[in-house]
Amino acid sequence: MTTPNKRLHGLALSDSGFIFDPETGQAFTANELGLEIIRLLKEGRTFEEIVSDIENRYDAGYDLIYKDVAQFLSQLKTSRWLDEN
Amino acid sequence: MKINVAVTGLNASDNPAPGVAVVRSLREDGNWSGRIIGLSYDAYEPGLFDPHLADSAYLIPYPKEGPEALLGRFRDIRGREEIDVLLPTLDPELENFVKLEAELGALGIRAFLPSLEQLRRRAKSNLPELAGDIDLLVPEIRMVSDLREAEKASQDLDFPLVIKGLFYEAYRASNAAELFSFVQIIAARWGYPVILQKHISGEEYNLAGLGDGSGGLVSAVCMKKVSLTDRGKGWAGVSIHHRGLLEAAGRLASALKWRGGFELEAMMDHDGKLYLIEINPRFPAWIYLAKACGINLPLAYCELALGREPRLPREYKAGTLFVHYTTDLIADVSQLDSLLTRREIHYRKGS
Repeated sequence: MTTPNKRLHGLALSDSGFIFDPETGQAFTANELGLEIIRLLKEGRTFEEIVSDIENRYDAGYDLIYKDVAQFLSQLKTSRWLDEN
Repeated sequence: MKINVAVTGLNASDNPAPGVAVVRSLREDGNWSGRIIGLSYDAYEPGLFDPHLADSAYLIPYPKEGPEALLGRFRDIRGREEIDVLLPTLDPELENFVKLEAELGALGIRAFLPSLEQLRRRAKSNLPELAGDIDLLVPEIRMVSDLREAEKASQDLDFPLVIKGLFYEAYRASNAAELFSFVQIIAARWGYPVILQKHISGEEYNLAGLGDGSGGLVSAVCMKKVSLTDRGKGWAGVSIHHRGLLEAAGRLASALKWRGGFELEAMMDHDGKLYLIEINPRFPAWIYLAKACGINLPLAYCELALGREPRLPREYKAGTLFVHYTTDLIADVSQLDSLLTRREIHYRKGS
């Protein structure tokens, strides 16, 4: 299980999808879904809650959403914005 | 406040010296007024040809000519210029200026420089010992005095290696052929010993700071390079809040009672471990970013040199970006004439 760390909570998010880490200077762009996932993580939502939230708002199957969210969280973990519990 | 400041290091090539950034930091601060006196070793340093930078500039003897020659030149310059503060920005000149701090003070020229002992402790060759005191990791190093020693050290440390001069210059070597070539280049320019440092792969972070000489850190700004030249020098960077590096700067200022400006260069490896790569005993070439963040370290240096207590914020905004750019300065050949024949140039007269 992974949980957001201080660095994730410190990320500066722009509506354009530009994301900046003020501690490391890392910057990248995310699409609408990626941005939404980070916002939900910052609100303290769990993996299951994020998948459920997105399923309710997007016209895509559960499995596809589950896979996309899991892959995105894996990228966040690689960038050290999520800690392994 | 009116302070006449003499600044060295006016090179502004793709590998710039810090002087131009220092002068801009002072000139653009509403709390500063006075004259800027540029000091250069070479008549072709680009900053000498910008009439908006120094009010007057003088060529000074190369560091290898020693402190006496330097002092003689300062006596000469001091006869024509009011100089309140000297702010040196280059590694190889520092030792001479440190040795002359009292004599220059007698001429009314104040500086705020580390002691020879402080310089020695932060030297590249002594970094492993110091890193322990400030609780940072350092990559393994070896000092070599010829190619045979370099080859043996490369077998101990393994490639890739960073090949460094005692004062300046660094190259990355991936094999023995590159190693020999770079060791010879550096030895020819800076002499032996040459330093071989194990290369740490990861992200580079930098910090500019100012120590008050009593163990306190006046303030500091962290920067992440976001664009590099082909020589690995920062071409663009962004201000960040790197907690690990900011805390290390505080420990450094405390452990060494560091007096003056400094730069920390660090690498974070892929496991998130922070390695101290170098401590430069002067402000970096990107110091204008600190001023842009509201932390005017060069002005605070001047205040310390004059015995005043600088009041700088410790907090600044992460996400302020700098980008170098090149442009052409147009000058008259009479400027070059003045620098080459009179060893000085004057754009504005003093009052």
